Amino acid sequence: MSTKRIVQIGLVLSLFVAAFVSFYASANPDGLEFVAEQVGFLNTAKDSATGSSPLADYGLTGLENERLSVGIAGIVGVLLTAVISFGLFTLIKKR
Amino acid sequence: MKIPTLHIPDGFISAPVSLLFLVISGFFVFLALRGAKKQLDEKVAPLAGLAAVFIFAMQMINFPVAAGTSGHLIGGALAAILIGPWAGVLAVTVVLIVQALVFADGGLTAIGLNVFIMSVLATLGAWYLFRLFQKIFPKNRIGFLTATAIASYLSVPISALGFTFQFALGGTAAITLDKVLIAMVGVHSVIGIGEAIITVLTISAVLSVRKDLVFGASKLKVSLVR
Repeated sequence: MSTKRIVQIGLVLSLFVAAFVSFYASANPDGLEFVAEQVGFLNTAKDSATGSSPLADYGLTGLENERLSVGIAGIVGVLLTAVISFGLFTLIKKR
Repeated sequence: MKIPTLHIPDGFISAPVSLLFLVISGFFVFLALRGAKKQLDEKVAPLAGLAAVFIFAMQMINFPVAAGTSGHLIGGALAAILIGPWAGVLAVTVVLIVQALVFADGGLTAIGLNVFIMSVLATLGAWYLFRLFQKIFPKNRIGFLTATAIASYLSVPISALGFTFQFALGGTAAITLDKVLIAMVGVHSVIGIGEAIITVLTISAVLSVRKDLVFGASKLKVSLVR
C-alpha cells in the first residue's frame, strides 16, 4: 500500500472519529479531573484565557444540537491539526 | 453530552512552576525540532503529519473507566514508535497547542506543564522503555507488539507521576502529596490499559500493510511478518 493511501485512510478515519464517534465518548470526568475532585483541588482550576473561544470545550457556541456541535468542533480540530502538522513536518523533513 | 476537559487547567500549579516547565518543555521542543530533522525521512513525513491528526481525533474519545471516571489516549507512545521519538514529541505538542488555543482544553499558562508530561515524559519515556523491551523480547512480531503494549501502558502512569512531581513543586492547594500520588497513579494505571490497546491496534495495522514505515521497526533486521 502506498504511503499516500495510508495517509488518506488515516485522515478519513480521524475525521470519522472526531465528527461522529466523539458524540458517544464517555462524559465521566477525565482521570485528572476525577482525581482533582476526589482529593480536593478541583476548585483551584481557573477558566482558560481561551474559554470564550467559539469552540471551547469541544462544542460550537450557541448551537443547541449537541451531535452537530461536537461534530463541527471535531472536524475543525482535525483540519486545523492537519494544516499545522503536515506543514511543520514538510518543513523539517530530511531532504 | 460534554467532552470532559482532558488536560491540566490554569490554577492547579503556581505561575513560577508553570513558567519553569514552559522553559523546560521549550528546550525539549527545540531538541525535538533538531532531532526530527535527522530522523524524519521524506517518505515518513506524511505519516508524521497524520499521527498528530489521529491523536487529536482519538483524544476526543474518552473511554469509561471504573469508578465514574474516564480516560483518553495520550498518543506519545504511539507517535514515538510510529514516527520516531523526536517527531513524536512534536506531533503531541501540536495537538496540545491546538487544544489549548482553540478548544480551551488545558490552560494557556499550563501549556508547558502539559507538554512536559505528555509530549516529553510520555513520548520519550515510552520510546526508551520500548527500546529496552525490544532487547528483552523475541525479535518477531509478537515480541515487537508486546514491547509496544508494555511501553505504551507504562507511559500513562509515568505521565501521572510527572503531574504529581509538578504538584509537589507548585500545587496551589494544601493537600498532602501522598494522596495526590496514590490517586493519580492508581487511576492512570487503569487508563493505561486503554492506551496500550489503541496503540497496539494502530501499530499492528500499519505493521501489516507497510512495516518499513514503522520507525520502531526500521532498526529490526528480522522479518516482522507473521
